[in-house]
Amino acid sequence: MIKTLAASIRDYLKPTIATPILVLCEVACEMTIPFVTANLIDTIKEGASVAQILPTAGVLVALAVVSLFFGAAAGITCSHASCGFAKNLRHDLFYRIQTFSFANIDAFSSSSLVTRLTTDITNVQQAFMLIIRIAVRAPLVLVFAFVMAYAMGGYISFVYLAMIPLLGIGLGLIIHKATPIFTRVFHKYDALNESVEENVTGMRVVKSYVREDYEKQKFATAAQDVCADFTRAEKLLAFNNPMMNFCVNGAFVVIIYLGSKLIITSQATAFDVGQLSSTFTYGFQILMSLMQLSMIFVMVTMAEESARRICEVLQAEPTIANPAEPVREVADGSIDFDHVSFKYSAHAERQALDDIDLHIASGETIGIIGGTGSAKSTLVNLIARLYDASEGTVRVGGVDVRDYDLDALRHQVAMVLQKNVLFSGTIADNLRWGDADATDEEIREAAHLACADEFVDGFPKGYDTWIEQGGSNVSGGQKQRLCIARALLRRPKVLILDDSTSAVDTKTDAKIRAGLASYLPDTTKLIIAQRVSSVQDADRIIVMEGGRIASIGTHEELLETSEIYRETFTSQNKMTEEAEAVEAAARELESADAEDPAVATAADGYALKGGEAHE
Amino acid sequence: MSKPATARKGARRSGTLVRLIKLLFSFYPVLLPLVMAGVLLCGLINSIGSVFLQSALQVISTSWQTGDWSAAQPKILQIVLTLGTIYIIGNLSSLFWNRYMAVVTQGSLEKLREKMFNRMQDLPIRYFDTNQRGDIMSHYTNDIDTLRQMISQSLPNLLQTIIVLGTVLFIMLYFSVWMCLVIIAGIVCMVFLTKMLGSNSARFFLAQQRELGVVEGHIEEVMNGQKVVKAFCHEAAAEADFDERNERLFEVSQKANMYANILMPVLMNLGNLIYVVVALAGGIFLALNVPNLSISGMPLSIAVVVPFLNMTKQFCGQIGQVSQQINAVVMGLAGAERIFDLLDEEPEADEGYVTLVNARVNPKTWELEETDERTGLWAWKHPHRADGTVTYEPLRGDVRMVDVDFGYTPDHEVLHGVSVYAKPGQKVAFVGATGAGKTTITNLINRFYDIADGKIRYDGINVNKIRKSDLRRSLGVVLQDVNLFTGTVMDNIRYGNLDATDEECIKAAKLAGADDFISRLPEGYDTMLTGNGSQLSQGQRQLLSIARAAVADPPAMILDEATSSIDTRTEAIVQRGMDALMQGRTTFVIAHRLSTVRNSDVIICLDHGRIIERGTHDELIAKKGYYYQLYTGAFELE
Repeated sequence: MIKTLAASIRDYLKPTIATPILVLCEVACEMTIPFVTANLIDTIKEGASVAQILPTAGVLVALAVVSLFFGAAAGITCSHASCGFAKNLRHDLFYRIQTFSFANIDAFSSSSLVTRLTTDITNVQQAFMLIIRIAVRAPLVLVFAFVMAYAMGGYISFVYLAMIPLLGIGLGLIIHKATPIFTRVFHKYDALNESVEENVTGMRVVKSYVREDYEKQKFATAAQDVCADFTRAEKLLAFNNPMMNFCVNGAFVVIIYLGSKLIITSQATAFDVGQLSSTFTYGFQILMSLMQLSMIFVMVTMAEESARRICEVLQAEPTIANPAEPVREVADGSIDFDHVSFKYSAHAERQALDDIDLHIASGETIGIIGGTGSAKSTLVNLIARLYDASEGTVRVGGVDVRDYDLDALRHQVAMVLQKNVLFSGTIADNLRWGDADATDEEIREAAHLACADEFVDGFPKGYDTWIEQGGSNVSGGQKQRLCIARALLRRPKVLILDDSTSAVDTKTDAKIRAGLASYLPDTTKLIIAQRVSSVQDADRIIVMEGGRIASIGTHEELLETSEIYRETFTSQNKMTEEAEAVEAAARELESADAEDPAVATAADGYALKGGEAHE
Repeated sequence: MSKPATARKGARRSGTLVRLIKLLFSFYPVLLPLVMAGVLLCGLINSIGSVFLQSALQVISTSWQTGDWSAAQPKILQIVLTLGTIYIIGNLSSLFWNRYMAVVTQGSLEKLREKMFNRMQDLPIRYFDTNQRGDIMSHYTNDIDTLRQMISQSLPNLLQTIIVLGTVLFIMLYFSVWMCLVIIAGIVCMVFLTKMLGSNSARFFLAQQRELGVVEGHIEEVMNGQKVVKAFCHEAAAEADFDERNERLFEVSQKANMYANILMPVLMNLGNLIYVVVALAGGIFLALNVPNLSISGMPLSIAVVVPFLNMTKQFCGQIGQVSQQINAVVMGLAGAERIFDLLDEEPEADEGYVTLVNARVNPKTWELEETDERTGLWAWKHPHRADGTVTYEPLRGDVRMVDVDFGYTPDHEVLHGVSVYAKPGQKVAFVGATGAGKTTITNLINRFYDIADGKIRYDGINVNKIRKSDLRRSLGVVLQDVNLFTGTVMDNIRYGNLDATDEECIKAAKLAGADDFISRLPEGYDTMLTGNGSQLSQGQRQLLSIARAAVADPPAMILDEATSSIDTRTEAIVQRGMDALMQGRTTFVIAHRLSTVRNSDVIICLDHGRIIERGTHDELIAKKGYYYQLYTGAFELE
């Protein structure tokens, strides 16, 4: 784990190494100060003149200044090292995620990836800063202070030594007891915040079902549980400070007694007041460094969980990677599924796709239709190698998709995903995802083919209109058309529309399809749709059911052979036929130039306000 | 920033601090003062240690030349024993306050969390429509976290500092005013430096929070669209965007940490310099035999100067410690301010007094009367203020809106003179482009928002008179965006009616056509749903949401694009279930798929907040207007 994380230090190796060295120098100066101070006190005690005091004072001032310099320098290098490390770590994590396959992304939910990139990194950064600075400083101070105390007070300083094992055992016990509670409570805390988030997003549901009190009750129970655990753990940690104080205070008391005895019995030859005073100062420093060490221990323990979660991502191997010698050219748009089966996870019981054998010629237009959960999307996802087939091979242009360079394959297989997303940026920015070098002319052409130009031109800023995060400021149908335009700019050999026109009206839908046929005549087109009208002109239509191809054929053939297709068709076309009949009737009416006044009245018994409907 | 603005901000900060402290006291009126007393006692004891050192030194100075330990021993022992006792008391009080501070901190945070959550539940939908989810969430995460640090560490630390500085100052004055003045001069320097470095540090820490927000926003956007990024091979561009933001974050966080890091060595060594100055001053005073000025009236001697030096250390160390809390305090106060903003939000008002009760028909009088049993018959209990009588009106589901005007903001009206009449058991459909006002109308019926002008009557009662919770209980709502809660599938269905048995839930699921896919889930109805049911498809989630409404069994329903993601074949199945469910219930339907609205009793076409057509499907087709054009595909519903 440490090795994985340390790889992110890179260009900040210099400050990372410099910091402990500077800290070492700082501590060395700092530790000599009480030594010199003892001299100073002695000089004063002997009733020396100011002139005699000055040289010692000068040394002291110099030491303080040098120590200040090293301390400040260490602070600066430390901030560079820790923030740089965090930056690199965040960078590595983000870049690693970019190499992930869809299966990897499914394995980590997107919200957990966000947490790992933010909170977890912050925790690790804090721990890193502590480690290179305080964790170096504290033991150094401890050792220096003890050595100095020994130099000053001789055997008296062993009093300090005696309390170290005492403290060690105490600290060990506290941490041993507190850590499991912390690990547990952090999970509960995450769950608590998740439930708040659910409430924030689902507030309409909560209010509609009048569940405010129920939610309050639920939250209070969970929050109190979290609080009880946190309190238990922190109450344990609260032993820390008093225990330290107890040890050091005890040492002080013993030293005062022994020190006084030594001074008096030796008539201040073996030990004097100045030395006694310095022994206390060193004792104080020993105490501080022990406190810092225990604090670091706790913080690092807490950050360990974060570090583990980060490493999980860094060490996750992308399940889909480029082959050693990839094919970079996609010959044509032919697609072959040779007895392909697919499972989303190795231990899933059900095959998502079951023995698919399908051959599509380059340039063909294929419609795919089927109920919710019939694996339509799964089928097309294999073509762009968003997932790898569990069994069998998928070939594009006659070559196994696993042999292609991923970028080359995906450049030629353009997908408009079902759950589509626009990103914050202008409309033009979003469309250029398809082709970064597209000219304004090309962008307009693609938008025109996707029937997006009609509304984009209506925006005051046209193609420079700013799209909010997630495309929240355009409607569903507008979003879909922009997404189609984005894919068209790619001029791919295979174009897959995964239920991409569901929010677009039938007429526009037809217009888009006609545009595709003329703009990309040689491109193999796969169209997944709910509406039969979206696929009925396709060369062949695939009917999916439960992960299998139920039937395949032209519209006419399927009407004969496939019951599912027929049902879907009739359920949708009853109304279309009716509409046509009504339209014909209306046309007649119109030709007769008759306007039926009865239409304006409502069906129900309540009277309508007459004029309103015609406003 | 201009001076008055800074002053106002400062005033607000101190107001926040006072309010926070008051709140903490109200949470723990007994424990918190006790904890504070413990902190004070501890501080006091820590600072009087040097007095005992001083008296020990006094004993030493009188007997070291003689070397007579046996004479000095009892005195020293007495000092040591007293000191030991005091230390033990100090340690016990330290143990006490540290442990109970944990209780106070965590308990206060928990109470604050609950307060926030309870207030949030009572806020009107408007709050959730106008505030970003991430902003609301950060109250529970970031703001609470900053407060934790501030309450548990900064506040006791500040308190302790005040007491230590106070007593040390007193002791110093007790010994020597002149020496004390020297130290105070040094302290002024320290405070000045702390202020300078600390304010820079705080400024960059706040900037760091801001940049962190930017990076988080970007990360969230990319992670949520990661599949699109992959499908378009857009990884490199996403990485470049990320690097740019990451670099900016580095810039400010490096500076913030730098100022925070150098503060400690600067103060510590300044402390050392002060130490030297004090030592020098002591030496000079001693050498020149300056007459001492002190409370004790004792002359300046080595026995005074040495403990003075120790006190200097203590004094400076304490200031150094407080300086470490500056960032915590600044960020904690900013967090507290945001939390108070949420707590101060105006809750949803409800003056309704008409309630929904279970009713039964009195077999003798044939009149409705209230009962505690679930009879399946509901009535509005309507107390009349004028004459003090109570009448019972059967719940029928008759909804009328007359001449309603409404705007989400006062200056922008989105509904103009809308009138809708729904007889009990009717299905009323709304059709129109996005932004035409369809959802707005349903928001008004269940009073998520209140109308500006006109009236809405439910079974002849003004909806403003109906208690909101009862009004909403009588209206089931199924929305396009389904929100599920962490829990089993069964729990989620039962959300509609907490008293429903498993059988009732399964029956509702069957009715909604959800039983089929649920039984294919790994653990059927006991499958845990997490992350808003992310393991289900949008269509499956919609089926669950319909089942949830079905188990609630409300007399009236609002279906807002409830079946938009369900394929037409499944929808036909769901439709049959829904038709059975909706038998005899008033239903409001919003759908862009016209097959969903076709069999409605009334179809209302909306455009820019006005009703432009209404009638049955056949009537509207014959009319050959807006609906007819939609239906024949002449334009789309956008």
